[in-house]
Amino acid sequence: MTNPSTPSEPTRPPGPAVDEVPAAPSAAVVSAQTPPSRNPFTNIRTWYAKQPNWIKWIVRLACIAAAFALPYLNSVPGIGTQIATQGTDWNTALFHISYYVLLALGLNVVVGYAGLLDLGYAGFFAVGTYSVALLTSPDSSVVTHKWTWLAAVPVAIGLAMLSGLILGWPTLRLRGDYLAIVTLGFAEIIRIFADSLPVLRGDRGFGGIPHPPGHHSDGRPIFGVIDAKPYYYLGLSLVILAIIAISNLDRSRVGRSWLAIREDEEAAEIMGVRTVKYKLWAFTIGAFFAGLAGALFAGENGFVNSSTFVLQLSILILAGVVMGGAGNIPGAILGGALISYIPDRLTGLHMPFTGTPGNPQGTDLAEYKFILFGLVIILVMIFRPQGLIPSRRRAMELADREKEVAPQ
Amino acid sequence: MSDPNELDELTGVREDAPVPTGGGVSVGFQPTYSQDPNVLLEVDDVTLRFGGVVALDHVAFDIKRGEIFGLIGPNGAGKTTCFNAMTGVYRPTSGEIRFHGRNPGDKATVVTGKRKHEITRLGVARTFQNIRLFPEMTALENVMVGADAHHKTSVLSALFRLPRFWREERSGKDVAYELLKFVGIGPRANTVARNLSYGEQRRLEIARALATNPTLLCLDEPAAGFNPIEKADLLNLIRSIRDTGVTVLLIEHDMRLVMGVCDRLVVLEFGRKIAEGVPAVVRNDPEVTRAYLGEPADAS
Repeated sequence: MTNPSTPSEPTRPPGPAVDEVPAAPSAAVVSAQTPPSRNPFTNIRTWYAKQPNWIKWIVRLACIAAAFALPYLNSVPGIGTQIATQGTDWNTALFHISYYVLLALGLNVVVGYAGLLDLGYAGFFAVGTYSVALLTSPDSSVVTHKWTWLAAVPVAIGLAMLSGLILGWPTLRLRGDYLAIVTLGFAEIIRIFADSLPVLRGDRGFGGIPHPPGHHSDGRPIFGVIDAKPYYYLGLSLVILAIIAISNLDRSRVGRSWLAIREDEEAAEIMGVRTVKYKLWAFTIGAFFAGLAGALFAGENGFVNSSTFVLQLSILILAGVVMGGAGNIPGAILGGALISYIPDRLTGLHMPFTGTPGNPQGTDLAEYKFILFGLVIILVMIFRPQGLIPSRRRAMELADREKEVAPQ
Repeated sequence: MSDPNELDELTGVREDAPVPTGGGVSVGFQPTYSQDPNVLLEVDDVTLRFGGVVALDHVAFDIKRGEIFGLIGPNGAGKTTCFNAMTGVYRPTSGEIRFHGRNPGDKATVVTGKRKHEITRLGVARTFQNIRLFPEMTALENVMVGADAHHKTSVLSALFRLPRFWREERSGKDVAYELLKFVGIGPRANTVARNLSYGEQRRLEIARALATNPTLLCLDEPAAGFNPIEKADLLNLIRSIRDTGVTVLLIEHDMRLVMGVCDRLVVLEFGRKIAEGVPAVVRNDPEVTRAYLGEPADAS
């Protein structure tokens, strides 16, 4: 170590003699030279983590601006029209992405952070949707005086969280597989209720669910039937709030407790973590976002029936989270966006060689989405078992001590 | 499946089931309270059975404040089981364990039957024989989990970044970093635990346990796999921990290390206590020589 300021050779503080670990200097040198990863996402992240705060803010604002500009992508010739969906209205597709991302972010708290395998996440989405439908739809027999959409949203979220609490209270004391089975059963119960309880109207469903409030200056409602852009902006704003909320939780005692539970539940409890309490919180917070996404979906779609809540939806969201990279927010966003975008992009494209006299164009490619997802997930699991964007622990900012700590 | 502890291990069903405090008392057990004001932890006539196997057989000893107390014995003698009974992982079939709080003269709390995180908050911390860190978290975060045991930041104050969050986050980080420096791995604070060397991981476990602000620190074979230099460093570390006022309970195989550092020892064999006392006495105890050392005391 001739020149202590050489970046590849981290300086070691003159610590007390007792504290010297013989192996430490060489190990620190090894980890200081992070080799460039083959994953472009990881490289971007490594770069991002090293930037000062003002650059991080510029990147964040640029991402938000880009997200708000997405509806205009299909007027960009060439690449824009290729990315934008054709068979589905692009704004509607973007709105779909926004509530799927909301769902993925919520499930990521449960599966990614706390490590609880929840196979019935769509159950909470259904609770949110049906709460709004029952309170606002003219078809509902539950309330005589119909509520507005906005008034129904908190109730929908509250009921979703409550069902999360009721489900989690007994089951979160169990470990691993038991929880997966119970949540699977929960989603099926909700689906069967929706199918067969007279008050929930099965297939006929609920129509005329009001849209979110607000008027333009000329009296036209902001949230109409034709243009889906306002819904996308509403969904996007909620996604941004969700990101802030979840990352605030992640970088706190709560997030550490979740992670500790995921890594080693018994060790966590012996270190003083109240495991049941924090698992219950993760479950309830996940249900919060599912309820919110459900209310959003009901407000845009205007119609809800039992066919929306098949088992595949739970699996699809879980697949998205795992595919994107469980345990981190960018991964959940990417995964949630992909599971919504891919089928919408494929709609209107046709599978070659499947044409019949009755249907000369062939089968719609979107029909193959589950085969495609299956393939993608298998490939991701083989080549990137941690997901497209692997979770990465942030280096903590150590204020004035940066120099003492070996760079990562 | 008849034994409650066995159920706990297999299914986790008993996990967090409400257990009566002061429990574990079987018919015929009469608590014998120690009169010594200096006692920190009393293991009072503890028996622990797994089905037909008697892992602990009427074991009784006291740990005094400020000492380094050794728990030794051949493999399978019940040392780790005894540890697990103290930290709430197992619940004794009969007998009780009492903990006397942070200050001399504090009223004794019955530990048996309490939940693990409650025992931690009382002031008993431990490390594990086979390292059990949170591998994907950084060293600093691992220690902060321990420090969080005494924090009160709720979900809401974390969500809205209320003053309590900032206060506890800052103090937790400071405490954690000081502890990492204390055990000698300060420069590795931001390294993910999985990437630490074996020795560093052992030290990190000690730092994490110390972060819960214990009165009694239980170390389960902390020197396993260490070379002589590392062992000597560890001895110094254990002594400096004791010098900060923390009582240390040490399970160890290495007789040299035990004899060198412990103030008093208990020797277990097949779940029974066969000797107790200062190292010089224990080392010359014929029972111990027969059961464990296998050769005369000049081996050390």
